[in-house]
Amino acid sequence: MGAGHGHVLYRESDSPVHRLPPEVKIVAMVVFTVAVVATPRAAFWAFGAYALLVAAVAALARVGPRWLLSRALIELPFVLFAVALPFLGAGERVDVLGLRLSEDGLHGAWNIVAKGTLGVLASLLLAATTTTRDLIVGLDRLHCPQVLTQIATFMLRYLDVLVGEARRMRVARISRGDDPRFLWQLRGFAAGIGALFLRAFERGERVYLAMLSRGYSGRMPEVWQGDGAATAGQWLVAATVPVVAASIAATAVVLT
Amino acid sequence: METLAMHISNGIIDGPVAAVFAALALAALTGCVLRGRRDLDDRLAPMAGLVAAFIFAVQMLNFPIFTAGVSGHLLGGALAAMLVGPWVGALCVSVVLVVQALVFGDGGVAMLGLNITNMALLGTAAAYVLIAVLLRVLPRTPAGLAVTGFVAAMLSVVVASQGFVLQYWLGGTTDLGGNLAGLAGTMAGVHLLIGIGEGLITATTVVTVAKVRPDLVYALRGLRPATVPTVPAVGGVR
Repeated sequence: MGAGHGHVLYRESDSPVHRLPPEVKIVAMVVFTVAVVATPRAAFWAFGAYALLVAAVAALARVGPRWLLSRALIELPFVLFAVALPFLGAGERVDVLGLRLSEDGLHGAWNIVAKGTLGVLASLLLAATTTTRDLIVGLDRLHCPQVLTQIATFMLRYLDVLVGEARRMRVARISRGDDPRFLWQLRGFAAGIGALFLRAFERGERVYLAMLSRGYSGRMPEVWQGDGAATAGQWLVAATVPVVAASIAATAVVLT
Repeated sequence: METLAMHISNGIIDGPVAAVFAALALAALTGCVLRGRRDLDDRLAPMAGLVAAFIFAVQMLNFPIFTAGVSGHLLGGALAAMLVGPWVGALCVSVVLVVQALVFGDGGVAMLGLNITNMALLGTAAAYVLIAVLLRVLPRTPAGLAVTGFVAAMLSVVVASQGFVLQYWLGGTTDLGGNLAGLAGTMAGVHLLIGIGEGLITATTVVTVAKVRPDLVYALRGLRPATVPTVPAVGGVR
């Protein structure tokens, strides 16, 4: 499972976007997304402007359009939902290519596809330029409660433990004469899922005790946190994206 | 391998409703943080991390349902409630959702409040209520525990899916007219099927853990120790 790897979406590079501290990027991404969602759906030009903004950041981060678009396929299920809307929606009907579609449904479909895609692209840009470890450091610096960052840290750490145990159990099954192929290995996997959980837990518990005995107190040591928190200058640089997005949204609200 | 998993994405529900639910989720999570901090001891901290990792992996299993373009996936709320309790459990599921939204673009960031309300709060709360009731009613045997896990997981998934229907009714960006009942029916039907899968996974996992390490199951704390025969650790783990 691809998600098992902590850095599955991270693109190693040294662009200006990569160098920005994580907390700055998180805040910029969230504000950008909120601005996009707040934009009235009839303001078609605004979504074009957002797309240009995303493209500019992607270029600055040296993330190729092909990589971005193939990863954006994650939103496919909801695009399908959007495709169904013109047929299900109520209200005025319009004729498009011989089909009688709901006008409100068409607008709704556009709304979901446009806002959904922009949101996914923004998240992907954050993921491509920030390691998961830095992401947690960023959340910590944004004063996210320690219980949450602690759970998140262990979650990312134990994902690798889980994947590793699953691989070991599969090797063990094969070496005992099991011959798993395609879907049939699901049966062996399902039967062993409780054992997998327990084995992963007992390994994880040892990891945790080892951390405790080395002075872990619920927060990662300063060294782990890397360079210091963001400077005022970095906040200003990163603020350009959300400020532009917010002004686009404000203009769109005023105009429509 | 690219996996498909999807929560409510940006633009499905309108802004004001999303904001209301974000405030609701924030308030509820604050409560969970305060209560969960007390629960989170040396035994529960690694368990919470593993439960979150497990849910993270399990949520990647996705079932696209093409009839109405709706898709669903396993939630893990019942497993979390069973193993780490309702407070830390809700936090675990929330952490999974936040990381998925930030890192995988799975579920819009602006819709995080809605997703957390459905999956982390509604799902976990429904599961815990069922667990608390069923554990008192059913016999304290592995079979009783399995039934508890199965039923709690199955129904909690359906409850969470109806949360989406409620939110869509309040602030869906497209008026479905009379089709809202259809949406509710589709969501319930689909999630009942998903709930069966989720129930099986939850039941097997919890029963295995309870057999080997009953001290790790939060829901069994405070109850009279279950009459579970001790068996050696699986696969010579230690």
